[in-house]
Amino acid sequence: MALLEVRNLHTSFFTDAGEVKAVNGLSFDLEYGKVLGIVGESGSGKSVTAYSIMQILAPTGKIVSGSIKFDGQELIGISEKEMRNIRGKRISIIFQDPMTSLNPVYNIGHQLVEALKLHTNYTGSAARQRAVELLRLVNVNEPQKRIKQYPYELSGGMRQRVMIAMALACEPDILIADEPTTALDVTIQAQILELMNSLQDEIGMSIIMITHDLGVVAQMCDEVVVMYAGEICEQGTADEIYYNPHHEYTKGLLNSIPTVASAGTKLKPISGTPIDLLNMPEGCPFAPRCNEAMKICLGKHAPKMQINDEHIAYCWVNVREGVADGSIVLAEPADTLADKEVAVYE
Amino acid sequence: MNNILTAQNLLEVNNLKQYFDINTGFFRSKALKAVDGVSFNIREGETLGLVGESGCGKTTVGRSVLHLYEPTEGEIWFKGKEIKNDKDIANFRQHATMVFQDPYSSLNPRMTVADIIGEPLDVHKLNSSKKERKEHILDLMDKVGLNSEHAARYSHEFSGGQRQRIGIARALAVNPDFMVCDEPVSALDVSIQAQVINMFEELQEDLGLTYLFIAHDLLVVRHISDRIAVMYLGKLVEMSSATEIYDHPLHPYSKSLISAVPVPDPRIARAHERIVLKGEIPSPLDTPSGCGFRTRCPYAIECCAESVPEFEEVHAGHFVACHRVDEIN
Repeated sequence: MALLEVRNLHTSFFTDAGEVKAVNGLSFDLEYGKVLGIVGESGSGKSVTAYSIMQILAPTGKIVSGSIKFDGQELIGISEKEMRNIRGKRISIIFQDPMTSLNPVYNIGHQLVEALKLHTNYTGSAARQRAVELLRLVNVNEPQKRIKQYPYELSGGMRQRVMIAMALACEPDILIADEPTTALDVTIQAQILELMNSLQDEIGMSIIMITHDLGVVAQMCDEVVVMYAGEICEQGTADEIYYNPHHEYTKGLLNSIPTVASAGTKLKPISGTPIDLLNMPEGCPFAPRCNEAMKICLGKHAPKMQINDEHIAYCWVNVREGVADGSIVLAEPADTLADKEVAVYE
Repeated sequence: MNNILTAQNLLEVNNLKQYFDINTGFFRSKALKAVDGVSFNIREGETLGLVGESGCGKTTVGRSVLHLYEPTEGEIWFKGKEIKNDKDIANFRQHATMVFQDPYSSLNPRMTVADIIGEPLDVHKLNSSKKERKEHILDLMDKVGLNSEHAARYSHEFSGGQRQRIGIARALAVNPDFMVCDEPVSALDVSIQAQVINMFEELQEDLGLTYLFIAHDLLVVRHISDRIAVMYLGKLVEMSSATEIYDHPLHPYSKSLISAVPVPDPRIARAHERIVLKGEIPSPLDTPSGCGFRTRCPYAIECCAESVPEFEEVHAGHFVACHRVDEIN
């Protein structure tokens, strides 16, 4: 049994303009002590997935259906009181923007002690002592002095360290990092990623790393989930996703990033514009931007395609190619595969 | 590449300094040295990438070069003429334009796309009739891949990538030779970013543009630039051809900056040795003595605190500012 099992998760926002299906049938497992990367562009539903696990959605957001099992316990439908015991204590989150996620009117010490008092047995001066230890753990220099400072007195990298210290206060089983380094400079990003790596070794927690940066994923993650418009495109080990992609979106993403080798050549971007979540196509959400799209892609979702033990994908184009050369065995039979006609899509 | 090396300098910047007065107390102020003695040149048709971390002064360089800030000191030469008085500046701005970082805040929400793109045409009085103006605007929209039906729309109706196209069309309106691109793709998604980068390259080929391309994403800069200049704390620390800087960085800061870039390839990323710098960039209000980088430099010795290293050419076209460049390489 995995530490976290997400099954067929549907999360929607009910806005004046209609229902926005931000997460649409997502399933994945997070194993003990592993780093899972969730990759996607803005609007792909990666952050909403994190907020659904933590149950901290905005008031208009709601988990419509699905199951989130943490350590064998179902989280959907449990009371807010029970959830409070898990949130922050056993599953913690670091947000993207360390500027806005710390309270500007309390000093760092106060905010760290608050987390400790809520979730652990530390009180009074012991809690303060522990707060200093945590700051030292995340390589904040002069922790005794920092503890009295306010967020505005710290740099972005320092603030993100404080956020990490706060998230680690209760030694959680799962750390969800929502774009933890996006707001930071490269050299500071390298420091934070190194810190997360070493903390993971020390504490042995599992990490869900949410990012749009394929470089960060390559460096940090064991497993990768690629999302587009709230749906999973492809999932597998980092090596499988980077060296053996089986979804046209993943291939497009990998081709569109500049690399050392790409200098002097043209990049191969994904055409079109990001999807309008209020107006989703019936079939594969990526079909309108996909150069290889066939008729069937527009009308019907692709079946789950088991590439090998470590890799699944949902893509008609690759289903057709794979079945044709016998390299792919479908997990579910696809009845309409005979329709091979390539669609003309404007 | 070859013709770029032999091409003439379009822009020369000599010892550019840009200080800002910051209030530090009642009736007291201090000079913030955002740019402190930067010199470089850009040849016709070339792309010079300018990289560095936030607060290093790279955006200020871009703005000072266009005289959006009045430079505190230094010379800016364009096509062999120094830009000195207001008349020079007005003339210069017909040949040099800027694309801004944030496509959300750099477009006026109360103006239609046509008016945004048309504004520079009006300012410089480039059209004789309304009909000509309209045709010019539609032609510009076509150049950047915008649908002409969108001319009457407002910017909030567009996605980030399309807004950046509007910003580029506006910059192209005066038919410039030189464009400062200040982080033009960093607010965009990966798939859209590639579209815009390709467009910059195509425009350069078609119109013979010269770019000063400012960005913090080194892979993007490496992709688009002919030469790269690395900036730290208001000064250039290294400048060379893009390949040379990537393959053989000489300055310790460039070395760590390049090694810190996450490589989108798991096998390389795992085997990759990273030089992780300690500490953070010092405040430009309170810069260290001598070499600005010495507080974070793993090779710093006594002499680094005593004198500022010269920005010198160590071999053909490769400039470095480091006292110990010979010893550490």
